[in-house]
Parts: sequence; C-alpha cells; structure tokens
Amino acid sequence: MFRPARDHRLDLSLFLRSLKFIAPAIKVTVLLTVFALTFGLVFGLALAVARVYGNRFAATAAGAYSRVVRSLPTLVVLYIFYNLAWVAFRVGGVAAAVIALTACTTAYQSEIFRGAIQSLGTGQMAAARSLGMSRATAIRSVIIPQVLRLAIPSWSNEAAIVLKDSSLASAVGTAEVFRRSQQIGAANRDYLTAFLAAGLIYFCLTFITNRVLDFAHKRYKLKT
Amino acid sequence: MAGPILRVENLHKAYGKTEVLRGVSFEVAPGEVVVIIGPSGTGKSTLLRCINQLTPPDQGRVWLEDVEITDKRTDINKVREHIGMVFQDFNLFTHLTAIQNVMLALTKVKRMSPAEARAKAMLEMEKVGLVDKAGLYPAELSGGQKQRAAIARSLAMDPKVMLFDEPTSALDPELIGEVLEVMKTLAGEGMTMLVVSHEMGFAREVSDRIIFLENGAISEDGPPEQFFTNPKHARTREFLGKLTELYGNHGGPRGGRRKK
Repeated sequence: MFRPARDHRLDLSLFLRSLKFIAPAIKVTVLLTVFALTFGLVFGLALAVARVYGNRFAATAAGAYSRVVRSLPTLVVLYIFYNLAWVAFRVGGVAAAVIALTACTTAYQSEIFRGAIQSLGTGQMAAARSLGMSRATAIRSVIIPQVLRLAIPSWSNEAAIVLKDSSLASAVGTAEVFRRSQQIGAANRDYLTAFLAAGLIYFCLTFITNRVLDFAHKRYKLKT
Repeated sequence: MAGPILRVENLHKAYGKTEVLRGVSFEVAPGEVVVIIGPSGTGKSTLLRCINQLTPPDQGRVWLEDVEITDKRTDINKVREHIGMVFQDFNLFTHLTAIQNVMLALTKVKRMSPAEARAKAMLEMEKVGLVDKAGLYPAELSGGQKQRAAIARSLAMDPKVMLFDEPTSALDPELIGEVLEVMKTLAGEGMTMLVVSHEMGFAREVSDRIIFLENGAISEDGPPEQFFTNPKHARTREFLGKLTELYGNHGGPRGGRRKK
C-alpha cells in the first residue's frame, strides 16, 4: 500500500467512480451482517438462557465460550473459525465468513441477553411457574419477550459493531465493501479516495441500522 | 366431612446454616381462610413458597387434597395450576396488558382458544373490578390495580386454594383497602385461602384461623378471638403489643371495622 502523494488532491469524479465500484459489495456487507446478527441472536439468546437457567454444565460451558471468545481479537477469532469452518464443514468463502462473524457476535450477544434476563429479576419466573407453566413455556412466553424488548438499545450497538467488523471478512477474501475499496484504491493508485468512499458507505449503513433499531426500541419498549 | 385441601407435614427449610422453617405442620380445610402472621424473617414467605414448591423444602411433605406435592413423581406444573399465588410485588408480566396477563396461562397451560381465554379473563377482571382497565399495561395501573389484576390472573386458573404472600405490603396505604376488599369477597365466596399478612384488621375480621409463626415454627394456631384476646405465649402478646403501639388497639389503622 502506498501513501498519497504530497500534492494529492481529492478528485470528486474518482470518488464517485470509487463509490460506484464499491456499491455492488454493499449487498455482501449487508448479507454478512444480517446473517451473523440473526444467527448470533438465536445462539446468543440460547447461551444466555443456558447461563441463567441451565444446569451447572450448560451454564459453565456457555460462560466459558463467551469468556474465551471475548478475550480474543475479533480478527483472530475470525481466522480461527474461518479455518474451523473449512475443517468441519468444508465451507469457505462468504459462508465461512458468516460462521466466523457469528461465532464472535454470539459471545457478545449472550452477554447482552444475560444482562437483560438478570435485570428482570426472579419474580417473573416465579409468577409464571406459580400459574403452572413449565420452565420452557415460561422462558418462551414470559422471559424472552421481555428480554428482547429490554435488549434493543444494547443490541443496536452490537449491530453497528458487527456491521463494521464485517470489514474484517476482507482478510479472509470476502469481496465486501472494504475489500472492494482496497481493489479500486490499488487500481487507481489512490487509496485515500477509495477509503473515504468506503467510509461514507459504512456511515450510511450504520446510521440507518441505528435509526431503525431506535424506532423499534420506541415502538416495543416495556412501559415502566 | 371432606378431608383437608392442604396438608403440610413437618416442613424444614434452611438457607445455608440459617434454619428458616423448623418442622411446620398444619392443615387447611375447604373454604377456610387462614392468616399467617409473625415477626419478619420467621419464614412466612418461605413457607408459602415451599407449599407450591417454588422453593423446594429440605424435608417434610405437602399434600393438595390427596396428591402429595412433594413426591418426586408428581407433575408439579399440574399441581400448581390448582394453587393460585399472589406476590407482594405483583409480578405482573410487564410486556402484556392486564387482560393478556390473565389470558396467558389460560392459553399456554389450559390450552384454551384465545376467544375462550378472553371471555374467561374478562369474567375475572369483572370480579376484581378492573373491566375498564383491561387494556392497560401494568405500568399504567396503580399498585392496587396491579395487585387486583394479579389476583384475577391466579383466579382464572380456578385454583382450589389461593396463597397470598403479603399482598398489601408493597402498596401505598390508600390502596390497601381495595385489595383487601377483593380478598374479603373471595373469602365470602368460599375460596380456601392461606394469607401471609400484617393486616391485623383483615386477620381478625375475615380469617377463620390465625397461625403465628415464630423462628420457623408455629407457636399459636387458633381462631382469631383466642389469638387476639387470650394468646398462649408471652411472645405473641409481646408481638401484639408492638403492633398496638404502632397501630392502636389490636387492629391496623385500616382495619375492616374502622373503615365502615
């Protein structure tokens, strides 16, 4: 990679051309993010439930997973799971990138949901059980609906992080927004312009994501 | 003569080294209203929670009619359908409206259709005087209304016995009356009730029997007149004396008699 020349000048038309070149990769970035977030939601919720309501083994295992993954740089986790995905399922490319990103966000989301479950207190579970609900029914019908609502603000933050971390997938060869910006930067020998274009795209995506989730938060928040 | 609805035999429960219940035994007959009183920290709430197994006792047995609840083979969820419980801090499901709170167990546990559940729930809301508040969320209700909704939620399951765990202790004084009123009506309709309460007026006026729990054991068990006028133990007299100091002669400031 090379630095811009001393007399580097921003070229608007190059900026626009860079945007245009990167644009098709928005789909890849969005898909990576949406899949990782969705799978991470399901697995993160499951881990959180295991930690609070599971038996000792489940709780310990879930806690350990979260502890280990959150202790490693996202890029390292990404590489590990990218390789694991190949070893275990013989998948590479975008699918492996989704698996790797999911592995990361699952750990962080499990913490978000665990906090939300614990903030509910024990009374909700006690009330549900006293009415004859099984533990599973109580978790499904009483705990999770409240937890999802409580978690929206923190989850919105995590969504923005995953969106931005999806750029790390470029390191394992996924042609997402950042990867495309590197390519157009190299082709034109002007990385600054290319990265500014990528930056604008990430900003817009993050902005939209947070706005949508803010709206969801207002719409669904528990009245207190 | 029918046997007792509820039979508790030699319950023991300890939290770590602290023994909370030390061999509690009693029976509750159908239609009976039993009020449990006693100094705080003597295991009143634990006793209630041991009955429906929200807190499993260390030792002792509990029967609902002829089903032994403490038997490992008993389907505890099935039994709990028949034991209503009302909590000190209501524990209404915050994501649901008042009527949805009442409906949830009807659809999820009793497997009623939503329409059936709604009709049944509305009936219970009527009983507790909350028909016009049915569509509101718990956060939009006053404490008294919340507790009445919680009572409706338990009643909707058609329980054989209702457990009340200090149902008015978290309420502002002016809201206690409406909850006690609902409980009185319930008692009048013949509901079997086991009530942990500090409401002496209610205990005296509505209960058939008062159990005085002290240090995890029953020290008095008898009709209210005997309890208030001629307690067996000095400790009971002392406790009543303290209440008298606080609230005036034997009754709470919002005692039933005074209110009328």
